[in-house]
Amino acid sequence: MNKAIMAAALILTASCAALSAANAQDKPETKPDKLKIGFVYVGPVGDFGWSYQHDQARQAIVKEFGDKVETTFLEKVSEGPDAERSIEQLARAGNKLIFATSFGYMDSVIKVAKKYPTVKFEHATGYKREPNVSTYAGRFYEGRTIEGTIAAKISKKGVIGYIGSFPVPEVISGINATMLAAQKINPNIKIKIVWVNSWFNPGKEADAAKALIDQGADVIMQHTDSAAAMQIANERGIHAFGQDSDMIKFGPKAQLTAIVNNWTPYYVSRVKAVMDGNWASQDVWEGLKDKMIEMAPYTNMPDDVKQLAADTEAGISAGTIKPFACPILDQEGKEVECKGGDHLDDGQIRGMNFYVKGIDDKIPGK
Amino acid sequence: MGLFEAILLSIITASTPLLLAASGELIAERAGVLNLGVEGMMLIGAVCGFAGAWATGSTAIGALCGIVAGVALAALFALAAIGLAINQVAAGLALTILGTGLAGLIGAPLVGENIAAAPHLWLPGLTDLPLIGKLLFGQDAFVYLAIGLMVGIAYVLARTRTGLILRAVGDDPASAHALGYNVAAVRTLAVLFGGGCAGLAGAYLTLAYTPFYAPGMTAGRGWIALALVVFASWRPGRLVAGAALFGAVSILQLHAQAFGLGVPSQLMSALPYLATVVVLVLISRIRRGGSVAPAALGTTFVPER
Repeated sequence: MNKAIMAAALILTASCAALSAANAQDKPETKPDKLKIGFVYVGPVGDFGWSYQHDQARQAIVKEFGDKVETTFLEKVSEGPDAERSIEQLARAGNKLIFATSFGYMDSVIKVAKKYPTVKFEHATGYKREPNVSTYAGRFYEGRTIEGTIAAKISKKGVIGYIGSFPVPEVISGINATMLAAQKINPNIKIKIVWVNSWFNPGKEADAAKALIDQGADVIMQHTDSAAAMQIANERGIHAFGQDSDMIKFGPKAQLTAIVNNWTPYYVSRVKAVMDGNWASQDVWEGLKDKMIEMAPYTNMPDDVKQLAADTEAGISAGTIKPFACPILDQEGKEVECKGGDHLDDGQIRGMNFYVKGIDDKIPGK
Repeated sequence: MGLFEAILLSIITASTPLLLAASGELIAERAGVLNLGVEGMMLIGAVCGFAGAWATGSTAIGALCGIVAGVALAALFALAAIGLAINQVAAGLALTILGTGLAGLIGAPLVGENIAAAPHLWLPGLTDLPLIGKLLFGQDAFVYLAIGLMVGIAYVLARTRTGLILRAVGDDPASAHALGYNVAAVRTLAVLFGGGCAGLAGAYLTLAYTPFYAPGMTAGRGWIALALVVFASWRPGRLVAGAALFGAVSILQLHAQAFGLGVPSQLMSALPYLATVVVLVLISRIRRGGSVAPAALGTTFVPER
C-alpha cells in the first residue's frame, strides 16, 4: 500500500518535472529584439538591505526600458556550487546580460562566462575579469568619512561604537575612514569595535549595540545588515547610522544619516551599453560623485553639523576632500606608503588590512 | 545603571529565547522524540508572532499567534514521526527546512515594518531599587513566563504522575505500552508542547528582543537550544544554568571586545558548542547516578497489534 503511494508520488513528480522542462524548451522566443537580463541575489529581495537595493535597480531598469527588456531574478542563491548552477541556468535561458551581486560568486561567474562568451556578465565587488565580465563596486568608505565627521561632532562622551561583520578590507577601510574623519574634529576621539562574525544576526547585533552603549559609546555605527542596532540606539536615546538602506523608520529619533547603496544609474547605463552594442569589460569603483552611494537625509542633528556634513559630502564628490589623504600613520605611528600621490591609491584601500593611529584595538586574526 | 547590572540584564534577554525553546525540546526528548525542527518552529513562531502583533498592536496576541504557529508545525512533525513512524532525524530536518521557507513566504510583506517592543514590568518602588530592582522587577512578560515554565516543568517531571508517564514513555515505550499507556498520544502531546515553546521563543525574538521581522532572524538559536538540552543532560535545573551560561558567553565576549581585550571573537562564538561537547564527554566519563539521555530517544515506536 505504502509502496504504491510512494510510486504514484514519484511518477507524479517525475511527469511534472518533465512537463515543466518541456515547457521551458517549447517557449517561443518572445521578441528577437527584447533584451533578457538576469539577476542573482545572495539574500531575499525583502532583506531591506543589500539584495533589496539591487532589486530596486532591477525595477528601475524595467521602468526605464519597459517592454524592450525582460528581467528575471534568482534570490537567496548561496555562494558556492549553487551559484554556478544558477548563473549557468540564466545564461542558458537566453539572458544576454547577467548581474551577479555578491563577492562570493566570483569564481562561478568566471567559469560560466568562459562557457558563454556571447553573454555579458556584471559582478559586484569582485576583482576577476574576462572580456565578457565587468566588475563594479561602491566606494562605501566615502560615506564613512561623512559619518565619522558627524559622529565626532555629536558624541558627547567622545566614544564611537562600531559593529563589524567580518574583518575584511571593505570593513577595515570603513573603520579607518571613520576614525580619520573623526580625529579631524576631535583628536581624542575613541572608537570601540565589536565583531559579530555575521552579516546578518539581528539578536547579536542588538546585543553588540547594548554592550557598546553600556561601555560608554553614544554614537553607534554598523557594518552589518539588520536594523537591530538602530532600534536599540533609539530605545536608549542615543544616535546611530543606518546601513545599506535608509533605516529612519527604525530609529526616528536616532538615525543621523545612512549610507544608501544606489545601483540604478550604473545598471541602467550598462543595459543601454548592451543595447547600443558598445558594452566592454571594465572595472568600476564609484562613490558619491556618480551617486552609486548616497546619503540618507541628515536628521537629528543641529544645523551647523548638518551643514558640515553636506560640505563634506560636496567636498568628496568634487574631489577636494580625500578620505585617505596622506600622511596616514599606522597604529605604531609609522607613516603608510603613499602610492596615490597625495592620498592612498585604490589598491591600498581595497586591500587595507591595518588600523590607523588612534584605534586602540587589534584586527582579529592578525 | 552600572555596567555590571547592564551586563546581567543583557544576559537575561539573550538567555530567554534559548531557555524557552530548550524547555519545550526537553519535554519532547524526555518523551523519547528528537525533534530537530526547533529552528524551523522558532522561525515560524517569529513571523506569525510578529504578524499577530503588527495586525492587532497587542504583544499578547502576537505571542499567542507564535505559540499556535509553533504547535501547528509541530503537529505536522508528530503526524510524520509518530503517526507514520518516519525517521525522527529526517522528519526534524525537513521541518526546519519547511519552517524556514514558510516563514520567508509569510513574512515577505512584513519586512521593513515596525512595532512597539513588548512592555517591561514596572512596579513603583520595587523596580527602582538599586542593582536588583530592574533585574527582578523590570523584565518583560516573556522572561517571567520562561522562569515559571521551568519551575512547572521541573515539578511535573519530578513530582507528578504525568511526569512519570512521560519519562516512562521516553525510556521504555514498550513497557509503558504494556502497562496500558498510549505511547503515541503522550509523545504527540510532548511534541506539541515543544512546538508551542519554540514558537513562543521565536515570537520573543520579533516582539521583545529585536521588534522587527527579517528572514532567517533566529540565526541558529534553534540549534543552540538543541545543544543546550544535551548540555543540561536533560535536567530542568541544569537547563536554566546552561541557558544563563550560553547567554553569558555570548554577551561577555561582546563586552570583552568592546574593552579591547583582544579575545578571538570567532573562538568565543564557538564556545557554547565546545562546552556542549565537553559536557557530553564528562557525562560519559562520570555517569554515576547522573542523568543521561532518555533510553528510547530518537527511536520510533510502533506497537505490535
